[in-house]
Amino acid sequence: MTGETAISVRDLVVGFGETTVLDRVSVAVQRGEIFGFVGGSGSGKSVLLRTIIGLIPARAGTIEVLGTDLTHADEETRRATERRWGILFQQGALFSSLTVLQNVQFPMREYLHLSKRLLDEMAEAKLDMVGLRPEDWNKLPAELSGGMIKRVALARALALDPELVFLDEPTSGLDPISAGDFDELIRTLQRTLGLTVFMITHDLESLYTVCDRIGVLADGKVVTSGPIATMLASEHPWVKAYFRGKRAHVLARRLAQPAS
Amino acid sequence: MSGKPTLSVAADSPNLAFAASGAWTAAHADELEALVDGIGANEADEGASIDMHKVEAFDTYGAWLLERLIRARKARGRETRIVALPEHYQGLVTAMHQASLEPPPSPARENTVIGAIVKVGGATVAAGHDLIAIANMLGAIGAATGRMLTRPRSFRFTSMVHHLDRVGLQAVPIILLITFLIGGIIAQQGFFHFRKFGAETYVVDMLGILILREIGVLIVAIMVAGRSGSSYTAELGSMKMREEIDALRTMGLDPIAVLVLPRVLALVLALTMLTFLGSMAALYGGGLVAWFYGGMSPDIFIARLREAISITHFKVGMIKAPFMALVIGVVACAQGFAVRGSAESLGRQTTASVVKAIFLVIVLDGLFAVFFASIDM
Repeated sequence: MTGETAISVRDLVVGFGETTVLDRVSVAVQRGEIFGFVGGSGSGKSVLLRTIIGLIPARAGTIEVLGTDLTHADEETRRATERRWGILFQQGALFSSLTVLQNVQFPMREYLHLSKRLLDEMAEAKLDMVGLRPEDWNKLPAELSGGMIKRVALARALALDPELVFLDEPTSGLDPISAGDFDELIRTLQRTLGLTVFMITHDLESLYTVCDRIGVLADGKVVTSGPIATMLASEHPWVKAYFRGKRAHVLARRLAQPAS
Repeated sequence: MSGKPTLSVAADSPNLAFAASGAWTAAHADELEALVDGIGANEADEGASIDMHKVEAFDTYGAWLLERLIRARKARGRETRIVALPEHYQGLVTAMHQASLEPPPSPARENTVIGAIVKVGGATVAAGHDLIAIANMLGAIGAATGRMLTRPRSFRFTSMVHHLDRVGLQAVPIILLITFLIGGIIAQQGFFHFRKFGAETYVVDMLGILILREIGVLIVAIMVAGRSGSSYTAELGSMKMREEIDALRTMGLDPIAVLVLPRVLALVLALTMLTFLGSMAALYGGGLVAWFYGGMSPDIFIARLREAISITHFKVGMIKAPFMALVIGVVACAQGFAVRGSAESLGRQTTASVVKAIFLVIVLDGLFAVFFASIDM
């Protein structure tokens, strides 16, 4: 399963009006890995993600996801590919008029022919997998905490058993304990379901603990990519500041020590 | 892609053995469910095994249906073993095996009659709460006005001018157009029907009194409730949703003084001015129709109008305008503050704001009619 490329972006150029946000960006994500993507605020990480999933048009370059060239695909091929990925938006993007259970069932209802019983059971199983308690299944998104919203959004992203999951800052806005739990959840689900995960994050701890490889976006380009060791060895000023700054230093020391 | 899923009986003695093959995935979930439920229902054996080695694709849907089969058999005291499951699917089966699906506590079903009574009761209580919320808002605006009068410098004059522009000046064209048309329509209907009695000259009386006392202010108030009341509710509601109002409060500012008072005052001023403009436009429209449709020259129309109406009729309309504005503003702001977290709630409150404001405007108009009749105005 590993070895194949899940996402392959080549020479991607994206801009709005006069400004060019991404300038000939190339990224490759292997199947079955967790790929973390970092960059300063406003560096275009979210733009890259939104371009890959087709929400923003590209000016030039090719995007290939799960073996399909999306830049030249027709509508039908595109839809077929979209069914094979799941997306966790930064704010969850849960439908506010639907309950938790209905949110998870929404893509299932649209794409699969399931009996009412199986629909309920599958949604419940997914919610159970992401660790949401049954008493919260009939709540509306407005009644949930930030951590629960992320979990429900993850369950919805996983509703159709995707091969590839895009996560946009999955741990932002969570307390360190919840963030740690969420990282672990992503890791467990990735192993169980054999997922490929493309994750935008600012969370150094996530990068250290769950990401197999990391890509760094700075000045509209991917300046380096590789495992955490490559990041620590990089001499690029932004990468150096990020991975060898004060906060990173404390974290690296803590993670290096065995848990007491 | 992979073939259809199957689940067949491979041997039935000494122990039952099933052989599974094909794609046990989401795309085939309905066929799989039928297969699994078909088997779970009628086997009466001691123990069975399911051979999974021919399964080509497997996901949580397949894993769950397999688990469902095992659970259904277990519930009837039958054991089931999974054999030859490919290594990389093991995690899925384990995950599903651990899934606990105690159904969420579902609300108990009620008697429909009792349910209907409960609904009526709930609606009555909600109407009461609405009334309290409106009274509360009115009181808060009164208090804020009092504080503003003691410290006039604290009044947000710029904000009020901004809102006056939006709800007043920018509303002028549409208000003029609508009232002009309404005036014309009333005049046309008047001529058409009064002609049968030879009473065309009285059309001007009807037009003047109706427009100045009732139609002018009512049409303008309804238009403003739909146009500006809804936008007040939506603005305040989305500010409430994004905690902007809480932010204001924690900075020691009173949201009523900062957000509501300038809006309501702007609405009071705007509606009064718009009522005047609207009434004039309606009379103008009526006059034009009288000229072209009724054959009444403008000179005669104006002379008749001067005889038919007095300053009292004009005053009655203009006195009502600020009160209607107050009702619209108070309802709109109260509904805006009642918005809770979701986008749906915002939509609901905006609709409620317009409906309630128009309803109360008409009720108020009725009360004014009684009042003015009793003081002979």
